[in-house]
Amino acid sequence: MDGTAVLGRIYADGETVARQGDVGDCMYVVQDGEVEIVAEHDGHETVLRSAGRNEILGEMAIFEHRPRSATIRARGTARILTLDKRNFLRRINEDPSLAFRMIETMSHRVRDLSAEVVELEERLRAAGALVR
Amino acid sequence: MIARRGESNAGASDGTSVAADDAVLVDGSRIAVLGGGPAGSFFAYFLLDMAARVDVRLELDIYEPRTFAQPGPTGCNMCGGIVSETLVQNLAADGVFLSGEVIQRGIDSYMLHTDVGSVRISTPHAEARIGAVHRGGGPRDVTEPRWESFDGHLLARALGVGANLIGSRVEEVGLVDGRPSIRVHGQEPRRYDLAVVATGVNTSLLKALEGLGIGYRRPSLTKTLIREYHVGAEAIRTSLGTSMHVFLLNIPRLEFAALIPKGDYVTMCLLGEEIDNALGDAFATSKEVRAVMPPGWEPEARSCQCIPHINVRGVEKPYADRVVFIGDSGVTRLYKDGIGAAYRTAKAAARTALFEGVSEAAFGRYFMPVCRSIRGDNRIGEVAFRLTRLAQRLRILRRAILAITIEEQVRGRRPRLSSILWDMFSGSAPYGDIFTRMVHPALLWRGLLAMPGALVGRTASTLHERSTGG
Repeated sequence: MDGTAVLGRIYADGETVARQGDVGDCMYVVQDGEVEIVAEHDGHETVLRSAGRNEILGEMAIFEHRPRSATIRARGTARILTLDKRNFLRRINEDPSLAFRMIETMSHRVRDLSAEVVELEERLRAAGALVR
Repeated sequence: MIARRGESNAGASDGTSVAADDAVLVDGSRIAVLGGGPAGSFFAYFLLDMAARVDVRLELDIYEPRTFAQPGPTGCNMCGGIVSETLVQNLAADGVFLSGEVIQRGIDSYMLHTDVGSVRISTPHAEARIGAVHRGGGPRDVTEPRWESFDGHLLARALGVGANLIGSRVEEVGLVDGRPSIRVHGQEPRRYDLAVVATGVNTSLLKALEGLGIGYRRPSLTKTLIREYHVGAEAIRTSLGTSMHVFLLNIPRLEFAALIPKGDYVTMCLLGEEIDNALGDAFATSKEVRAVMPPGWEPEARSCQCIPHINVRGVEKPYADRVVFIGDSGVTRLYKDGIGAAYRTAKAAARTALFEGVSEAAFGRYFMPVCRSIRGDNRIGEVAFRLTRLAQRLRILRRAILAITIEEQVRGRRPRLSSILWDMFSGSAPYGDIFTRMVHPALLWRGLLAMPGALVGRTASTLHERSTGG
């Protein structure tokens, strides 16, 4: 991964990009490599998903004044570009179409989560049937 | 305002679609984009992308005779080749990925050089947030394609979403029954529902467009000087690094000067009054430039040079019925971030054309506010640049600026002046916003406190060493 002819910042394997619980004022776009999104609960970590080139992450911080819901961590060497909240919201004010892709991204995530809920319910049902 | 084919009287004998409401884009509407530089390609890409979202199928031709992939300056659009921090972020949000083939160097800091010392100003988040690119196939001595041209990359994206490329020079633009008509050499004129002028200002076509009687008057122009030097990647790494180098020097007629490191090349970019070769030489041979460039570098050994026109006062009325002027042909940002202004005006024109119509009234109501915002901001920018000129002339002011900036960068004080300089040089914030921060009482107070030191000449070498680690 060349360090000069690129945009963003390079993160080493396992390095934290954003931490769960921190209040964010930016979101991220993966320029190269891969990151994982990890939720921590009661000392246990659950990998929610991974994300690769050109994917938007941490976008909830742009619209909510709440702590980040998960940690973003580099999986292997990854290059990440930061998008400032203030600049982004100012631009959306002039150009609402700038939000199209983010809404699309969030829409995909809702769809994926719905599918996961269905899958989990089916697994639980199957497990219940086995117990009976 | 989006009409469907069923609502229109499509298939008229002249090949254009005639909508129920005559000035809206419908399925099959034909659009001509004159110029395949960033403004034209942004317009084409975003119009076709948004049209696809609302299920409208458009036919869009981009007229661009140059081939950006060709090595050498044939496809060069003659500019410094900086993709600003704001534009980098906007494009990332829009899903327009700029790879290492396009980005010749990620810029993570600015070095401000004066005759009394230098200081480094780092980007927020310590990351490369500005892209240095070659607009075309590179300088004159490039014989084989070694990177992807920025303009070529954007054009390819536009073609990827369905635009057609017509690689011929436009010989005539006219209006027939109120609709644009475009003719290229050896062919019959083609008629369109909308013509988008994105030619830049270095073309004779704009004069012909003035003659159309649609109220268009060419913008006021000035000249800029751009030189390319082949230095080699390793020499750049050890000298200029990943910083853009800007200079506040008291050289007569010089307003702004920058050295931009790219892959193997360094681009020298000058703004000034009556700019010419002599001014370029005066800057290139200054001790401050020699100190930045690699040892053994010769100012005379340049790869190529151009002195193109740039738009400094936007067009009063960059639109008419079925015609709109974007990028440099219309309204652009004063001195900085021309590509960013091309992006803003192109998107505003695309949104208006698709969602509000292509009439003069629609462009006046929905496209013009973006142009007006850029023009209004440029007026404040003129004042801000006057203050910069004052600093170029007054050594005491240069010393004070340097002292304050070094304090902020080295001691971690709130970066009031650093952020102003960063935004001025990078074009990352509106001039109005920068000017407001320039006259903030806390900064003026800090300036007052720095004056005694500046008066006795404290700064230069010691502060320079502290700030650059030299």
